[in-house]
Amino acid sequence: MTPAIQVTDLVVERGRRRVLHGLTAEIPRGAVTGLLGPSGSGKTTLMRCVVGVQRVASGTVRVLDAPAGSRALRSRVGYLTQSPSVYPDLTVRENLRYFASLYRTPDDTDEVTAVVGLSGAEHQLVRDLSGGQRARASLACALVGRPELLVLDEPTVGQDPVLRDELWRRFHALAHNGTTLLVSSHVMDEAARCDDLVLVRDGRIIAHDTPGAVRAAAGTDDLDEAFLRLIRDHEEVAS
Amino acid sequence: MRTLRTTARVLRQLTHDRRTIAMIVLVPCLLLVLLRYVFDDSPATFDRVGLVMLGVFPLVIMFLITSVAMLRERTSGTLERLLTTPIGKLDILLGYGLAFALAAAVQAALVSALAYLVLGLDAAGGAGLVVMLAIGNAVLGMALGLFFSAFARNEFQAVQFMPAVILPQALLCGLFVPREQMVGWLHAISDVLPMSYSVEALTEVGRHAEATSVMWRDAGIILAVAVVALLAGAATLRRRTG
Repeated sequence: MTPAIQVTDLVVERGRRRVLHGLTAEIPRGAVTGLLGPSGSGKTTLMRCVVGVQRVASGTVRVLDAPAGSRALRSRVGYLTQSPSVYPDLTVRENLRYFASLYRTPDDTDEVTAVVGLSGAEHQLVRDLSGGQRARASLACALVGRPELLVLDEPTVGQDPVLRDELWRRFHALAHNGTTLLVSSHVMDEAARCDDLVLVRDGRIIAHDTPGAVRAAAGTDDLDEAFLRLIRDHEEVAS
Repeated sequence: MRTLRTTARVLRQLTHDRRTIAMIVLVPCLLLVLLRYVFDDSPATFDRVGLVMLGVFPLVIMFLITSVAMLRERTSGTLERLLTTPIGKLDILLGYGLAFALAAAVQAALVSALAYLVLGLDAAGGAGLVVMLAIGNAVLGMALGLFFSAFARNEFQAVQFMPAVILPQALLCGLFVPREQMVGWLHAISDVLPMSYSVEALTEVGRHAEATSVMWRDAGIILAVAVVALLAGAATLRRRTG
């Protein structure tokens, strides 16, 4: 089976600045792949390439055996943007109903409302919700329609630890049923929960392996420390 | 289907915003009442100017509302999010178009009723034609708003497009000075501005009991400009951005 996402020599420029420097990576199907790196490292840009909304300077991105962003993919890929993209002047339910109505799948709005823990708040206007709730409403809209690939840009930022734990369990349950997840984060304690890790820094991939292998390669049990050592090794090689 | 679902969504957003609804309906009514008493001594002037205003109000108001609504969609990230779903660009634009056209129809009907029944507006032609032209103008304002919203980065800029796009048209449309009396180059400019045809069409309705061929031609021009602006608006919706 081909990988869910194949990125080859991907270069992205924003203005005159190069933000992705020829990335190459394969993201496996049916697993949770974590995209980790500091703010400004190019995580969001890479995710935008995968969902096909980023202008690309060169290189290719193939998703589920089709060019990223092609028409056939749009009903198979769910995307959570980093800042919530829901309509503030609609209720949670109205937002979900609208996004669900764009897909041909049966309406699963009640289910995803429960998944993100908004069951009691579905009739509230999004503009009246807290920041964390608003982010969850946006996440629910990305889950709707049972996409085969979920691209989630920082889905757990600012969430309650209990809910965060539940969401990660849910991500693994989805992966277990065949969904591919690409999840970005800048907190290392979440890296340990991924099946596969892609570490990005300054628009370059500095490691791509399982959390265990990353720890072993860096010679430390602490992923934070491992990341730091990998960066130093990388810089030594570069200079 | 996705067009109609978008229409329903936009209307639902409007219903959660009662103040905007009230302003869509009440502001033109209030302005018309003002106009009626400004021209208290000259009912004929009110008949001429008031009638034209029934077309100008929806054009201006729909332009403003649509450009801000579309700008919000662009800046809030929901547009980018939508473009990753199976929805088509035209679904989005036509969805908006239909929703605001419906709002405009309600507005036009209410404002026309006020003008005819309460303020004693007197026109040779039928009220049905006036309402039809008012809706046409609203659709034009909406299409222009959708298009020009692409050139605004924020709400401040979007609101500035009102004086930049609408005021020159209002000055040159023949309301203040008949277009025939303008110097050649001004007249030439007014020839390519759509509001000139809105005003001409309504003036025709004011003068003739039956719909004239000039009025139908003008209505056709209004609709054609609206369609072109809508298609140009679709071209500004880029799936891939930097």
